[in-house]
Amino acid sequence: MADMKVAAYICQGCGLGDRLDTKALAGVAKKEGKAAIVKEHEFLCNADGVKMIRDDIANEGVTHVMVGACSRRAKTEAFGFTDVCVSRANLREGVIWSQPETDEAQETTQEMAEDYIRMGCAEVKKMTLPAGDPAAVTERTLLVVGGGVSGMTAALEASRAGYQVVLVEKSGALGGWAAKLHKRTPGKSPYADPQETPVAAMVAAIEGDANIKVYLNAVTSKISGAPGRFEAEISTESGATTTEKAGGIVQATGFNLYDANNLPELGYGKSANVVDQAGLEALAKAAGGGAIKRPSDGGEVKRVVFVQCAGQRDDSGKHLPYCSGSCCLTSVKQAMYFKDANPDIDTVVIYQDLRMPGQGEDFYRSGQTKGVTFTKGKVSGVEAAGNQCKVSFQDLILNDQAQIDDADLVVLATGQVPVSGVDIDSKLKAEIAAAAGDNSLMEAYNASQQEGAVKPVSILNLTYRQGPDMPQLKYGFTDSHFICFPYETRRTGIYAAGPVRRPMDMAQAVEDATGATMKAIQAIENAGIGRAAHPRSGDLSYPIFRKEGCTQCKRCTVECPFGAIDEDEQRFPQFNQARCRRCGTCMGACPVRVISFENYSVETVGSQLKAVDVPDEFSEKPRILVLACENDAYPALDMAAMNRNVYSAFVRVIPVRCLGSVNTIWINDALSNGYDGVMMMGCKHGDDYQCHFVKGSELANIRMSKIGDTLKNMSLEEERVSTFEVAITDIERVPQLINDYAALIQKIGMSPMKGF
Amino acid sequence: MTEVIATNQTILVVGGGISGMTAALEAAECGKNVVLVEKNSALGGRVSQLYRYFPKLCHPICGLEINQRRLKQNPRIRVLTMAEVTAIAGGEGDYTATVKLAPRFVNENCTACGECSKAVDSEVPDAFNYNLGKVKAAYLPNKMAYPQRYVIDPSIVGTPEGEKAKAACKYGAVDLDMQEETVQLKAGAVIWATGWKPYDAAKIQPYGYDRFSNVITSVEFERLADIHGPTKGKILRPSDGKEAKNIAFIQCAGSRDENHLRHCSRICCMASLKQTNYVREAYGDEGKSTIYYIDIRAIDRFEDFYAKVWNDPNVTFIKSKVAKAVQDEKTGDVVLHGVNTEGYHRYATPHDLVVLAVGMEPSVKGADLPAQIVSDSSGFIEADPANHAFFGAGCASSPLDVNRAVQSATASALRAIQVVNRVARVED
Repeated sequence: MADMKVAAYICQGCGLGDRLDTKALAGVAKKEGKAAIVKEHEFLCNADGVKMIRDDIANEGVTHVMVGACSRRAKTEAFGFTDVCVSRANLREGVIWSQPETDEAQETTQEMAEDYIRMGCAEVKKMTLPAGDPAAVTERTLLVVGGGVSGMTAALEASRAGYQVVLVEKSGALGGWAAKLHKRTPGKSPYADPQETPVAAMVAAIEGDANIKVYLNAVTSKISGAPGRFEAEISTESGATTTEKAGGIVQATGFNLYDANNLPELGYGKSANVVDQAGLEALAKAAGGGAIKRPSDGGEVKRVVFVQCAGQRDDSGKHLPYCSGSCCLTSVKQAMYFKDANPDIDTVVIYQDLRMPGQGEDFYRSGQTKGVTFTKGKVSGVEAAGNQCKVSFQDLILNDQAQIDDADLVVLATGQVPVSGVDIDSKLKAEIAAAAGDNSLMEAYNASQQEGAVKPVSILNLTYRQGPDMPQLKYGFTDSHFICFPYETRRTGIYAAGPVRRPMDMAQAVEDATGATMKAIQAIENAGIGRAAHPRSGDLSYPIFRKEGCTQCKRCTVECPFGAIDEDEQRFPQFNQARCRRCGTCMGACPVRVISFENYSVETVGSQLKAVDVPDEFSEKPRILVLACENDAYPALDMAAMNRNVYSAFVRVIPVRCLGSVNTIWINDALSNGYDGVMMMGCKHGDDYQCHFVKGSELANIRMSKIGDTLKNMSLEEERVSTFEVAITDIERVPQLINDYAALIQKIGMSPMKGF
Repeated sequence: MTEVIATNQTILVVGGGISGMTAALEAAECGKNVVLVEKNSALGGRVSQLYRYFPKLCHPICGLEINQRRLKQNPRIRVLTMAEVTAIAGGEGDYTATVKLAPRFVNENCTACGECSKAVDSEVPDAFNYNLGKVKAAYLPNKMAYPQRYVIDPSIVGTPEGEKAKAACKYGAVDLDMQEETVQLKAGAVIWATGWKPYDAAKIQPYGYDRFSNVITSVEFERLADIHGPTKGKILRPSDGKEAKNIAFIQCAGSRDENHLRHCSRICCMASLKQTNYVREAYGDEGKSTIYYIDIRAIDRFEDFYAKVWNDPNVTFIKSKVAKAVQDEKTGDVVLHGVNTEGYHRYATPHDLVVLAVGMEPSVKGADLPAQIVSDSSGFIEADPANHAFFGAGCASSPLDVNRAVQSATASALRAIQVVNRVARVED
């Protein structure tokens, strides 16, 4: 780039001037870093220092700034220049705070600082200021799939924010599960009585809303594109297909009740007087506010038993292992249908743990006041006896077998099963389970692939290379894995809402759908300016792909955690910028290195590690490269330094977006440049993974397990490349890991590759 | 004088915990201008004081790091710390908030080098660690603090200690003349995300929190387990610093009780189940946990976590509301008395340490809210048309776990956006 002008600024504040020879650092920046302007400043982050840099940008044409001061996590406001490329040499946390303040340490401390200056200059020269995707477009329309309370909420909330909505409902009417209810559990004070459902009011609001277009008896038969430019084919039962454009999608496909036919031991299917919660709602609706009659003979109902956790919280492997979180509330509400009509009707709720959190407690109290009986017990069987049922249960308080002989009606609280479409990872999950010695998933998978087997039906029918539906987290729910980020999605711009995401009641579904709509709208706005979504919010860079050189190996399309990359007819990757989250996993995966970002590339990191001065074999100064996840390992190192937890002066740390972005060429380059070891610090992987790009740290681990051959070819010991799982709290452990590793390197000896 | 540019298209977010940060970020990342007001000297709120989350057992400051990075690069959010909203006037699309800014005595020149802290000798209770330890009177709120800026405790201002701090700062960052300020801000919508506070455990007299040193709260226990806490992550009991290996957890400490908190605080069962893992992490099979409970509320897939803890031979579950706790003065052990309702057995069981799973109450309750706001019987803000464009978010609106609080905050951001978009349409 002809116009590049690099300036290096070296701070002397916070003790840098006392502990380091900043003049020598300036010399390094000038001579080796080839910075056109090099300035030292006694207090770079103050108004005067920042103005000095600003002036150079304005008057001297500086385009690339290297700041040698504190960690890139500190003083972000002062050094947050958005009109130039900026790199930071971490001299404070990375050097003087993590090195002992002794005379003996002076030499290695200075060497460390000089290397970070070299690295900062090398990095910034390889950076380009992201200009944003010139092809960025957006359609300010939200596609909502599912017309229950969650979907209707999404539609109405989006419209209220000024967006157009296309609402697709499979059945012939809006309302979903809620439309089947006689009444709902209360969603606000005083939490005492069942309330009217909001369905009629919501349907009326949607019908009167010019921003919302409704398709009934319709499904999304094909969705292609990306945030800002989705194209959905909507097929109606009549066979007609319409195409609608949308910028974002909310999937609110709800749940089905767990099939009570799986519970013959609880009398379902054997007696008409055993119903599930939907059955009871139907009876209550039919009664229209009058007395609910016994289904078998229309007789009077005097005693009703509610069986909680029917086919739920099951550890036998036959039924649902989870709790649906809403059934206790529903049973109390249904018991009130009887009590409110006739307080003499006996209603017994048999439960193990009554789960009515928050103000649900008031509703529970109201149930008690109305005379609903609560018995802690576990129902073992329900038998029909004429027009009544015999309910046997273990009374958990008396620790005794007990029985109710004359229940006129038994209601099974069976729980929610999400309507989430195809499990796109079922084969992968089966393979993982099989590798761990459990073949059951693989058998189920193989059975599902047989001819004639009932195939799960896709809901979204995405044309994505990685499958037609959203990835599922657990038990079929399309939830986020992250506690801090419930709307994290692995399909950018598509958000699950309501019980398809996790089991929930109506009040929560409304809240959830509103949140999901917020995220979908944000995705629409981001797409318009080519901006990344969380966690790299605001990043304008995107993967730039050089087609010549690509070997169509498909690693990038397979490994992208967000399904951002499709393949064209010739199997070249097709990048969808608006789906991309800028983790760089594709860049790490690419064996021929044709993928890069303007501000982060094989070159920005490669040039840094090559810039380090590697002393010769006889120096007794090994060099260890640390590639640290910028989200957890790097802050842990910063905080270790704040505590003055000392670590080896032989490491050179480079933050990476995610370990998934680590390309093996960096390891090769480091080793052939004479580094004695490479430590990779990423997040925990496995079931409870903590990687914010889902699979990055795991992929890195897999890639590195295959690096053995490379090491062998170079006649190097395996230990010279190691990966570590590090948490952000590891402020004592990380320095220890470094020191242990440095000792290990000392033991195996210096690399023979130096000086080549 | 602090200058803040805000218009009636600005969204005012009150509370800088995870809910407030989320609401601010989601709105700002949608292109809206936000002023985020936090009472403490750093963002992060109560979540930043947790050691681990249930059920993943990951660390809350990992998400805080991401949220802070989002914040640092977003020019649309203006953060005011040590700031409290004292009044809100006006209505939807046209609010004026009065904000009181307490003096930090440290200005933006601060580099967080720590020289002021080295220079002073006086110590003050460490609020970040629930006053379980002390910090220097010139301190960084915590290692993750944003803004990363020291605070001079008002107690040393006007003393030689204050002057020492000032003299130690080479950057002119210590400003002992800083005064309390009051500013007025315009806003189109208000998101109230002031979170929760632990119920005052001393009010539950039979448990003796105010009398027995080895009866602590669940939030304090988080600090004991955390490497940034007063014991550097070692679970030591307060009376004698002995390793606490036999720990009792008392559920519903204040919650589900009409004498204390009417509501169920939702998180406490899961929090205690999680904390049994801290005991295991610290002491392996030597660590024993006993949970005294009414119902274990491990909703949805949290059931898996409950099942795992249930099957842990080192954890015992006793269905009982503990009647009273008595600390033995000689041994320091706390004996719990009560009846196990499963079988009606009386017990009097000694423990090294007793952790009260204290309930949540809203930090700011009904009458204390700076506007006429509809709230429920526990003081949580309700969604009500009468609240106009004043939206409760997170634990200010309901006792919620982190995940649900963030959902609520995200929803509140949309509600606020709807208002400022309407304002924008009228003004354009």
